[in-house]
Amino acid sequence: MTHLTRTPLGWLTLLVLLVAATPVQAAWEPTKPIEFVIPAGTGGGADQMARLIAGIAEKHKLTPRPIIVVNKAGGAGAEGFLHVKGKKGDAHTIIITLSNLFTTPLHTGVPFSWHDLTPIARLALDQFILWVNAETPYKTAREYINAVKGKQCKEREGGQCIMGGTGSAQEDQIITIQLEQALGLKFTYVPFKGGGEVCVNLVGKHVDSTVNNPIECVSHWRAGRVRPLAVFDTARIPEADWKDIPTVKEALGVDIHYLMLRGIFGAPDMPKEAVEWYVGFLKKIYDTPDFKDYLKQGALKPAFATGAEYVKWVEENEKLHRELMAKGGLLKK
Amino acid sequence: MGLENLFFGFQIAITPFNLFMAVVGITLGTIIGVLPGLGGANGVAILLPLTFTMPPTSAIILLTSLYWGALFGGAITSVLFNIPGEPWSVATTFDGYPLARQGQGGQALTAAFTSSFVGAFFSIVLITFFAPLLAEIALKFGPPEFFAIQLLTFSSFVGLGGGNPLKSLVSILIGFILAAAGLDIVTGQLRMTFGFTELMKGFDFIVAVIGLFGIGEILLTVEEGLSFRGANARMNLRVVLDTWKVLPRYWRTFVRGSFIGFWMGFKPGGATPASFMSYAFAKRFSKHADRFGKGELEGVVAPETAAHAAGVAAMLPMLTLGIPGSPTAAVMLGGLIIWGLQPGPLLFKEKPDFVWGLIASMYTGNIIGVLMVLAFVPFFAAILRVPFAILTPLIIVLCAIGSYAVHNSMIDIWYMLIFGVVGYVFKKLDYPLAPLVLALVLGDLAENALRQSLIMSQGTMTIFLTRPISGAITAVAIFFFLLPLITPWWRRWRGLPAPAPAPRET
Amino acid sequence: MRVADLVTAVVLMALGGLALGDSLRLGIGWGTDGPQSGFFPFWLAVIMNAACVVIFVQVLRRPATKPFVSRRQIGPVLAVLWPATAAVALMHVVGLYVAAALYMGFYMRWVGHNRWRAVIPLAIGVPVVAFLVFEMWFLVPMPKGPLEAWLGY
Repeated sequence: MTHLTRTPLGWLTLLVLLVAATPVQAAWEPTKPIEFVIPAGTGGGADQMARLIAGIAEKHKLTPRPIIVVNKAGGAGAEGFLHVKGKKGDAHTIIITLSNLFTTPLHTGVPFSWHDLTPIARLALDQFILWVNAETPYKTAREYINAVKGKQCKEREGGQCIMGGTGSAQEDQIITIQLEQALGLKFTYVPFKGGGEVCVNLVGKHVDSTVNNPIECVSHWRAGRVRPLAVFDTARIPEADWKDIPTVKEALGVDIHYLMLRGIFGAPDMPKEAVEWYVGFLKKIYDTPDFKDYLKQGALKPAFATGAEYVKWVEENEKLHRELMAKGGLLKK
Repeated sequence: MGLENLFFGFQIAITPFNLFMAVVGITLGTIIGVLPGLGGANGVAILLPLTFTMPPTSAIILLTSLYWGALFGGAITSVLFNIPGEPWSVATTFDGYPLARQGQGGQALTAAFTSSFVGAFFSIVLITFFAPLLAEIALKFGPPEFFAIQLLTFSSFVGLGGGNPLKSLVSILIGFILAAAGLDIVTGQLRMTFGFTELMKGFDFIVAVIGLFGIGEILLTVEEGLSFRGANARMNLRVVLDTWKVLPRYWRTFVRGSFIGFWMGFKPGGATPASFMSYAFAKRFSKHADRFGKGELEGVVAPETAAHAAGVAAMLPMLTLGIPGSPTAAVMLGGLIIWGLQPGPLLFKEKPDFVWGLIASMYTGNIIGVLMVLAFVPFFAAILRVPFAILTPLIIVLCAIGSYAVHNSMIDIWYMLIFGVVGYVFKKLDYPLAPLVLALVLGDLAENALRQSLIMSQGTMTIFLTRPISGAITAVAIFFFLLPLITPWWRRWRGLPAPAPAPRET
Repeated sequence: MRVADLVTAVVLMALGGLALGDSLRLGIGWGTDGPQSGFFPFWLAVIMNAACVVIFVQVLRRPATKPFVSRRQIGPVLAVLWPATAAVALMHVVGLYVAAALYMGFYMRWVGHNRWRAVIPLAIGVPVVAFLVFEMWFLVPMPKGPLEAWLGY
């Protein structure tokens, strides 16, 4: 090196080398199609968001190679997570997660955890709302909870009210159990396959209440078929239509809040440069009006976070899920 | 009111660009439908990102046309190679494939496409005029009602097969047991996975069918030292016209198939059970029940009419309730949200141009679709002229691709081979395959619906009888279950001769 | 035929046994809110095994009939099966497209006795078309090996 920098020509050569080398090193770009794994079936919330991301990337030409969206829903998402876990060091495999990142290993004992994956970015947090059928007389959460306590759901066996939800030992049931334990009451919990199906069963009066995500029930709400009673968050949803719905704390005096992760992870030990590229890529997606509209429409909480902030959130939530599921008796025995 | 809106819709659907989208969609859809394992849902999901730059109405026309194409295309490989391109084409193989082997592939394909069109048209007309009303009826279906429907589908098939009843029973039970493998959504526990990741997703119906029917049939064919007898298939469009002369004879089957298909399809129930049920009823009511399974044209008409009627009807809950009636509709629903539309009860009011444009495009799309596939009938039939030694490896490769595409999993290709051997052995030993496949389709749905109902009723079975809709359906189902027991008694009482022993089922 | 029938019945009973074992692990009772996870698989397996036992006895009591397959028949069946099995095994290593090319080439040339002129274009052409359709057009990924990696996929 010293030898090289002794002459002007040497300096020049070094400079040229540096200029040429720097962009190559910083600008890692995908060289193969990106496999985007969804640990859930087609048509659900995670699936929608993943396909939206792929679509926006296509529309605004944000990636040099295409994104290939792959559903691996088996075993409550375990299939997808294990698939990505097996791709150590791969720079072209990413996965979108929902709460089954925490609940599936805890409940089924399938060996994976978020520690196996490379955190990339958190995009949004999904809200949960307590819904009842609009034809029922319950105008407030308090009235409905009193009916549940008094076993006043007349059409049901023993007057026991029915809570419908997505899957078993997943977010909907966790919230239901939290409600039961905080308020000292009992629901009959009926699991369904998908969120949309749950809300329709509420409209059809096959269940008495649900804790659907806003986007799953919003159209039925606007058609006057269902009624939101309370939001499971610490603050109200700041969007125009939604801000009149009280939080659970306001409505019932107990603080039950739960948010679902909509975030992206990469394959284990993904190269640092690749992670940086995905972070930049997702930030660009996040800033498009298309994505903003989607968040607004579904009343999702915008929550872009990366790096240490993201990891900290995930760590806390893993602990939280373990506690909640232990309290509810949902951990694998 | 319906008519006025429909004309409004046609003004949107019949623009050159939208017609062009329909043609593109149908072409792609037919290709996707032909490839086993790649269904309408895949096709729609794949094209979805490309539709962002289009107006929503054109985008949905492209996607729905692709779906119609897939519905038409599913029948092609069922008839030609005994490989159902789509789950709802399984019943089409029962008679379509024997027809093709007798050199009547063209007739079978014409019947399949025409029936698909009739079924679709029937459903579209009903959607046009009664959509909101039907949506209300669909809402009345909760878990007990779904269980009752599964029971009815199954009961319609019971007692149809001949052969050793014990082997039929074993076949059914294998189907149910395979269906139970994987995650139990009611308790969230893994069943029969024995710690293997690969088993977590369970046994996919389409993989089983590709193996049992497709690979199994190839093995049987080579064993007999036969090639596909397609060489004498006729190569011109006369076959279409000739078949059309025969088809009106089956008007009862068309009507029945359309009703069954629509009724099963307009709530999430599905085209596949509908096609089985329609086949079963056609056989029950036919004067030549013994010809079914050996190459009876009516056995192609019945399932195809119902499958396409159900496929179209599956759009209805998507438009009116915002819930998908089929996996394909589920992906389209995601599309609606991404395009900035809100699926659900208000869509009709807020976006009439979108909804009525879509409904009108169902007419144009299906008319274009049936004309296109019919024009290719001679070409499809000619595929069978390809020498067997070339066709066999080609089919096996396509089956492997299809099996892999279902879950992106290598294990499914192994399953395909194993099911192929099982299909070959079972066929030789007179274990019927149809009940196994039916049980595999219904098993999962039926068990979930049953257990959801039992949770709702806290464990009492009477829930199926006390709710009016489920009570009525359950009663009909029980009647069909008892029918094989009642029939001999009834015949004796009426002084009729005992029937000839029923032929065995495929 | 008889031996094949008996063996099939025994294999099915073994599968039924597996299902039984796992059902017992999951619990076969009837809880307060309906049946437990193992309830249905358990009874399905019980009935299936009972049916298999009856079939087994039925077959035993029946005189032996013609053999399940003759030597002449099994030849072509195996000629389809073993190369297909080898091709699937090969897919794990070299990916689907290359394995498909080798399999098609092998079958058409050595089983079908087609001329090289027909074999080579088909054996290479079909996987190439499939590659274009699935990987590039429909974006459906298939198993891939070193060749595709070298091409940047």
